[in-house]
Amino acid sequence: MNIVRRLLSNWLPVYAVLYVAFLYLPILLLPIFSINQSAVPQFPLTGYTMKWYAGLPNTPELLSSAWNSLIVGLSASIVSTILGICAARAITRYRFRGQRVASGLIMAPLVLPEIIVAVSMLLVLLQLGVGLSLFTVILGHILICIPYSVTVLISGFEGFDRSLEEASADLGESAWGTFRRVTLPMVAPAIISSLLVSFTISLDEFILAFFLSGTEPTLPVYIWGQLRFAAKLPSVLALGTLLLLASFMMLSIAEILRRRAARRAQNEGGVYA
Amino acid sequence: MPETPMIKIDHVTRAYGAFKALDDASLTIQKGEFFSLLGPSGCGKTTLLRMIGGFDNPTSGTIYLDGQAMNGIPANRRPTNMVFQSYAIFPHLNVAQNVAYGLKRLRLDAVEEKRRVEEALGQVSMAHLGKRGATELSGGQRQRVALARALVMRPKVLLLDEPLSALDKKLREQMQVELRKLQQAVGITFILVTHDQYEALAMSDRIAVMFSGNIAQVATPKDIYQRPVNRQVADFVGGMNFVAAEIVGEDSGTITVETTSFGRVKTEKPVQFVTKGKAATLGIRPERLRVLWDDATDKYEIAGKVVDRHYFGEITHLIVEVPGMEQPLSVSETNNFGADDIPVGAPIRLAYDPDALVALAD
Repeated sequence: MNIVRRLLSNWLPVYAVLYVAFLYLPILLLPIFSINQSAVPQFPLTGYTMKWYAGLPNTPELLSSAWNSLIVGLSASIVSTILGICAARAITRYRFRGQRVASGLIMAPLVLPEIIVAVSMLLVLLQLGVGLSLFTVILGHILICIPYSVTVLISGFEGFDRSLEEASADLGESAWGTFRRVTLPMVAPAIISSLLVSFTISLDEFILAFFLSGTEPTLPVYIWGQLRFAAKLPSVLALGTLLLLASFMMLSIAEILRRRAARRAQNEGGVYA
Repeated sequence: MPETPMIKIDHVTRAYGAFKALDDASLTIQKGEFFSLLGPSGCGKTTLLRMIGGFDNPTSGTIYLDGQAMNGIPANRRPTNMVFQSYAIFPHLNVAQNVAYGLKRLRLDAVEEKRRVEEALGQVSMAHLGKRGATELSGGQRQRVALARALVMRPKVLLLDEPLSALDKKLREQMQVELRKLQQAVGITFILVTHDQYEALAMSDRIAVMFSGNIAQVATPKDIYQRPVNRQVADFVGGMNFVAAEIVGEDSGTITVETTSFGRVKTEKPVQFVTKGKAATLGIRPERLRVLWDDATDKYEIAGKVVDRHYFGEITHLIVEVPGMEQPLSVSETNNFGADDIPVGAPIRLAYDPDALVALAD
């Protein structure tokens, strides 16, 4: 037993380091090669340059696809957050028949194979005669963003003491006034967090966008198109690095806000002397 | 013409399907009264309070507030304010903003609003804490803020839903005194919901004792304690010794019963007394039995043997077995004279005042 324990205590840190390296090393290579002189991404490195970044703004297709991604991301995150507020409030506040089934179905897109969802949506849209455009991409992204929105928002609504809203009504405030003056400020951090998370998801999403975007590519679709040209690879790496940074920052802010919202809800409910 | 009561509960029932949380309850509460709804959990006291506040509606019957029927009027348009059990302090606002919350809708000018907020905070001794964040308050402070937030609205009726249950014992006793003083100072009708009989006795002008959706008795604290209408009320409010008795005489105002241990007793007949054959129950409070020391004698005596003893600091509970009685008597004696030193097994004589014996309907 002792030997096993000693082996474990020696090897567990090594295992942990390997694990993390496996997860993050490939991602680390991205920024490294994006500032490498050579157009071929291989070691040894040939020298530092920012030219791949400098070239990005001079690519009109890149700019228009970034613009497309922005439109899709904003629309999808706003709509999925609004729908998510309704769902999260219903799930945390009320007890109704079929509640478990409903919340299960809301969460399902998290685990559905995205390619199946993409193909099915494409079939349905074509059957309905809806032409592919950014609008159809937005629809697809709303579908996959909702589970994330709902998860974030539920943690904002949970522990929200119902008597807070009753107290507001008791003090003369109308239902709408109560929502505006009590409910909204209390869950505001969760709402912002939900917007950021769904925006990030939408920004990175490829499969649905690839199937549903028609002639207006989003950033990931554009990047995929560029990969066919070896000479364009360094620009793609530079662009990828920027996307990575943006995602990382937005998700960090989102998590900080989510925790703040959860803490706020808990403090308030506390019955302590 | 008598003054309009502040609250009139007129045959109010609240049913959830077949279950009646409140069953045909009627009650009037006068202006300026400190009134308590007392009962075990599930007796309907909170349901009644929430219906007065407008958070719930009667299935049938009417609630009048200052002569006006309240049916269908929502909480935000009633002249009542509530102190919630959880206090429901808005966590995103500071103390002063919490208190000013309801005033915002009145659109007072800034000076007047500030004056009223300060006045309300002063009433609950929180004047210096207006800038404090809501999440930085202790339990007692949260309760004071909840009170100030309700009082600042100058309601006709202040509703208090178990406001002291979250506080520790010492603070709770202090707040009981303060709440009572506050009520006398502002003169607003207070309705308190509580399951703590001592709290109700200490604070109220009148108490309604409730069981399973029914109001069992409405009376002053003293009458509730000394003249409970039935066994259930007697048992819920404080300790009570029950003695089996046989009815031997009855007229319009009094009843005479025969017991093996207390002999023949003539007492005032309780209001809702209903005789069922000859059997009745006689009650006496543990502190109305006195230990007779040494050679002391009394006109009314009863002898027995100490079988158990519970020490409570200022008092001791002696459990005394009396020949011919099914249940032993519980005696509450102060420790001034050494009741905590009486050994278990010792013979003991007890004195009582026959006026302390009450006949109880079952």
